Amino acid sequence: MNWRLALDIALTHLVTKKKQSLVAMLGVMFGISMFIIMISFMTGVNQFLEDLAMDNTPDVHIYNPVQIKNNTIIRKAAAKDTLGRWFLVLHQRPKNDLPKIKNAQWLRDELEKLPQVAGVAPQVSSEVFFNNGPVQIQGEISGIDVRKQEQLFGLDRKMEVGSLEDLLKASDVIVMGRGLADKTSAKVGDRVSVTTPEGYNLILKVVGIFSFGISTLDDTKSYATLATVQKILQRDPSYITDLNIKLKDMNLAKLFAVNLKKNLADMSVEDWQTANQSILAGEKIRNVLTAVVSFTLLLVAGFGIYNIMNMNIINKMKDIAILKATGFQGRDITSIFLFQSLIIGIMGGIMGVLVGYGFSYLLSITPFPEGTVIRINTFPVNFLAVHYLTGLLFGFLTTLFAGFFPSLRASRIDPVRIIRG
Amino acid sequence: MNMETILKASGIVKYFMDPEPFRVLNDITFEASKGQFLSIVGKSGCGKSTLLYVLSTMDTDYEGMLEIKGEQLHGWGQNNLARFRNEHLGFVFQFHYLLPEFTALKNVMLPALKLGKYTRDEVASRALEKLRMVGMENYAQKVSARLSGGQQQRVAIARALINDPDIIMCDEPTGNLDKANSQNVFDIFRELSHQNHQTIIAVTHDVDFARGSDYVVEMQDGQILRA
Repeated sequence: MNWRLALDIALTHLVTKKKQSLVAMLGVMFGISMFIIMISFMTGVNQFLEDLAMDNTPDVHIYNPVQIKNNTIIRKAAAKDTLGRWFLVLHQRPKNDLPKIKNAQWLRDELEKLPQVAGVAPQVSSEVFFNNGPVQIQGEISGIDVRKQEQLFGLDRKMEVGSLEDLLKASDVIVMGRGLADKTSAKVGDRVSVTTPEGYNLILKVVGIFSFGISTLDDTKSYATLATVQKILQRDPSYITDLNIKLKDMNLAKLFAVNLKKNLADMSVEDWQTANQSILAGEKIRNVLTAVVSFTLLLVAGFGIYNIMNMNIINKMKDIAILKATGFQGRDITSIFLFQSLIIGIMGGIMGVLVGYGFSYLLSITPFPEGTVIRINTFPVNFLAVHYLTGLLFGFLTTLFAGFFPSLRASRIDPVRIIRG
Repeated sequence: MNMETILKASGIVKYFMDPEPFRVLNDITFEASKGQFLSIVGKSGCGKSTLLYVLSTMDTDYEGMLEIKGEQLHGWGQNNLARFRNEHLGFVFQFHYLLPEFTALKNVMLPALKLGKYTRDEVASRALEKLRMVGMENYAQKVSARLSGGQQQRVAIARALINDPDIIMCDEPTGNLDKANSQNVFDIFRELSHQNHQTIIAVTHDVDFARGSDYVVEMQDGQILRA
């Protein structure tokens, strides 16, 4: 009975002072809608970049980089030297080692046996020059196992023109990145001449164009079958330069890579997060920013409520005194004002969530300015129920705290002092 | 007239501390019986209103004994006193102090809704009945802020009556009213005490009012002069 009565009185107060109540609700609404817009956008951006990094990089990448090997014969001898002599090697040149992965086939089979591994796709890559008539453009050609690449890395989804399967339908065919195709003025059906640094050459027909949305990739990469590239490089079918591993849980990539490196001392083992550090670098900062700004917004909204509730109560001191005189207890008074606060919070919260959704939606259909490094169509915005629920909860809690202390003060008002003036 | 004692105060002493300790009530001993129409008079500053508020249970800052309906009330906590007031006492103040956002009917209903003895509908019809007693039944749905002074005072009296209190305490109930309205209020009180056997304790400056009551208590400098 008493809850109902307190609610009744609280509602009457709110309804008779519509403007004031509305202002209070607007404060909460603003705070929560901004929170929703911010978190939807920030998580959208983070997600987009992560997806970009994920899609375009294998979970773990094994390759043989050109490097100065540290374990020279001299150094090995020096370790065993007992006379305390120093050995110094000057102007060391890299050995003419092939960039191929030793025992690639065996390594691949072993890796596929591991429980965390979903699959391994081999690649043969080489820097090449593309010639289309007089134009000569530098790029990279990667020979791939088409089926494996599709299955594990969804390369077929990036195709803009033509299909990845077309690589299997003929020999001496190639698909090129959008940027690369534009630079070499190549269209589907054209023939390009591909030349390796060693001087080997092959003419390939363009059967497709893909786009990752990242200019560093689209401007330089091209794909053909393993056999085609092995042919250009004049190597045998065991010649593999990269192993791309897809894990069942990509979050284990870093750990997996570190462990793998222990067994593959000579090779580079890179996980996708390390490979994309620049893209992912901003994520932590964005998260902190979102949290700080959201918290501040809600805090400010809370102060607004606190202020309004205080003013409310000061204006209502006579009424409180009368209520107490006629038999209302301290906790009834607290209930009345706490209800007022909560109603403001809930209404403001609901309005905030609706406005937040509206603006998020508008943002999500806004075209993103045409970029050079990363191409995306519209602003990336997430719509997650958990954000909206969090927003409502924050609204509720903020007003609960903001309204609590003024309500408590109201309950302690001395009726005699007020009535007697 | 029933001579049963309804309120008994003895040895009431109260000090005001600001600006310096001042004894405003000096060993007050006082009794009221059921159905008695009682006035407390005295010059400004004699302590009559202060005494009323002590008797009302709203002011707990005093020494001495206060007994209403056999209950010893000195030392009770605020919440318990509020509950006691709700059930046994009614108040009429000099300024009407109705809740401005609520209708006349709702204002009268609130103390009864708090008491919870009757259902909402029963309370509404009882409230309408009280308004009828004070001649305000036609204004039941009017928002109290729009009523005139005299009308508000009558609604306030109806509110004081809603829980059928044993004692109705009034602080200058006619202080802000013209002659006609004052007479109205007086007549209502008289009827309440003589017919309903409810006790009226009224602090007043109104000489006619005091003269018409059953018993007058005169105060001076915080003490009761033999009435």
